[in-house]
Amino acid sequence: MQTVAERVIARAKELFFSGEVRRVLGWERGEFQHERIPALYETAEQLEKLVYDEYCGPNLSKELIALSKLEGRTLAILKPCDARSLNLLLREYRVDREKVYILGAGCTGMRGRDGLLLKCETCRGKDFPVFDEAIDDEECRKVPDGDRFADVCRIEQMSGDERFLFFRSELSKCIRCNACRNICPACSCNQCVFDNPDSGVSSKASADPFEDSQFHIVRAFHVAGRCTDCGECSRACPQGIPLHLLNRKIIKDIGELYGGYEAGGRSPLIDYRASDGEA
Amino acid sequence: MLKLHLDRLFRIAERRKLFAPIRRAGVVDFGLWEPGADVDLETLTSRSAKGLFFPQSEDLMVFQMRGKAIEVEPAAVPDDMFVLFGVRACDARSFAILDRVFLEGPVDTWYQARRSAGTVVALGCPGPLAESCFCPVFGIDLAEPEGDARAWVLDGELYLKAMTEKGEALLKELDGEEVDDNALDAAKADARAKMAQNPLADLDLTGLDGDHMMEMFNAPEWKALSKACLGCGACTYVCPTCQCYDIRDFDTGSGIQRFRCWDSCMFSDFTLMAHGNPRRTQLERFRQRFMHKLSYFPANNDGIYACVGCGRCVGKCPMHVNIAKVIRALGGKHI
Repeated sequence: MQTVAERVIARAKELFFSGEVRRVLGWERGEFQHERIPALYETAEQLEKLVYDEYCGPNLSKELIALSKLEGRTLAILKPCDARSLNLLLREYRVDREKVYILGAGCTGMRGRDGLLLKCETCRGKDFPVFDEAIDDEECRKVPDGDRFADVCRIEQMSGDERFLFFRSELSKCIRCNACRNICPACSCNQCVFDNPDSGVSSKASADPFEDSQFHIVRAFHVAGRCTDCGECSRACPQGIPLHLLNRKIIKDIGELYGGYEAGGRSPLIDYRASDGEA
Repeated sequence: MLKLHLDRLFRIAERRKLFAPIRRAGVVDFGLWEPGADVDLETLTSRSAKGLFFPQSEDLMVFQMRGKAIEVEPAAVPDDMFVLFGVRACDARSFAILDRVFLEGPVDTWYQARRSAGTVVALGCPGPLAESCFCPVFGIDLAEPEGDARAWVLDGELYLKAMTEKGEALLKELDGEEVDDNALDAAKADARAKMAQNPLADLDLTGLDGDHMMEMFNAPEWKALSKACLGCGACTYVCPTCQCYDIRDFDTGSGIQRFRCWDSCMFSDFTLMAHGNPRRTQLERFRQRFMHKLSYFPANNDGIYACVGCGRCVGKCPMHVNIAKVIRALGGKHI
């Protein structure tokens, strides 16, 4: 019997060879065993390198902003968490749904050099909020029971001073490389305010250590209600800063104040009704 | 060669600032040593040591309005003597590369001042510190690092050998036992043997140099290599040899503070001019970084590559695109 991974690869090839899709967005092998690099396949020869296995951590959804502007449909292999990110981009009209064929790929948790990825320890679930077809099995549908808000609760219990020290020591490691922002599917502005020389806040370096904190706080608020908690910011950070904690705190607060929500679906901060008290 | 207990080295801090690899919030980076510091000599620092001589951001001058007059005040030139301990052979070599950029006319005042004030005590590696290490590819011996003094740690003991006058001056400040130079030969041979087995130690630089600039520049492989690049600056900012900087003015309200800060050729606003960025696509920006290290720099610097094989970019790139992949794809060609 074919594994989920084999079925995913076979189906992607089938759709490419039938002409249903023009190109395939997936992964290829890197230099090391645990490295899988996002790759775009446009020929049959290239497609031989397509890989799907337990190391395909990188989220491919943001690539579809550019790819859906090309002629013809692009097939994207998306894990459940990646599909949640794409769902947000679809809702924000950043990706043209007609130009994308979503092949949902079952996932049993992705691994990196140091084992199971942090983001997979508290998996958000195995449902695909958007897909054309999905391939998975019973094994893929098991959700680990990690509580994604456990760390947030722990930090909430700290005194104000402890919490301040915690975030100062974490955020002071920031080198302003922008990896967190560039990898974030919710950070989809054509030009970020921090890259705009006319904005007055553009800076490649910080005048004082607080600026790094400010950058991350501004970014967390900008993606508030839109962050799907895909965990890529923390995976991408070269300095090991647990950036996802800022986003999770905001997700938790919005949930407690307005009821549970899923970014990309009904989202309290961007939902407007004429009957709103503030309207 | 001087032998002493590692703890005694830290007494230097009573007289001079001492920077060492220190673990803070889970990450090891060079930091100011203070009593109780969590010194980590097992791990390759997350960032390189270049920031000690070329900080990520530093003030150059201030333009101050006084009535109708503008006064120009240059920033103070740093002269605090310091010791930099625990630099590995890769980072130690990077200083020689940065020296070519900053000290060979026009001389960079601030970099020169820090180089003069700093004494580098480089630490030999007992073997590769990470699977991504590949310093031998660039002719670097992990067991015999360059520096004002060489250091090795074996069984909790520190061995020191002075290599320059600055190194000799430092060793005079330390009490230790004189031991024979060949006491560490077996450990060094073991370190080299382990490194030779590291996965990237066989990278082949053939065809990558200043003489093959146009072949490299026009290689079709750049398209696939650069496809996944996020355009972030992680590789640049952890790199020991990336030395590009931007100069910016900060409006203080009553004047201008002119500073410089590290820049990255991976950024969309790198060398931004009135007409835009001369490298319009990420492919061009990605190519620039590797062409600089593997072709332009050697072309202008007696064949010396601007990479030291520290492997930080290999371990840090969120998309796993890095110089090792570039060398695999473009190197080994006997043109």
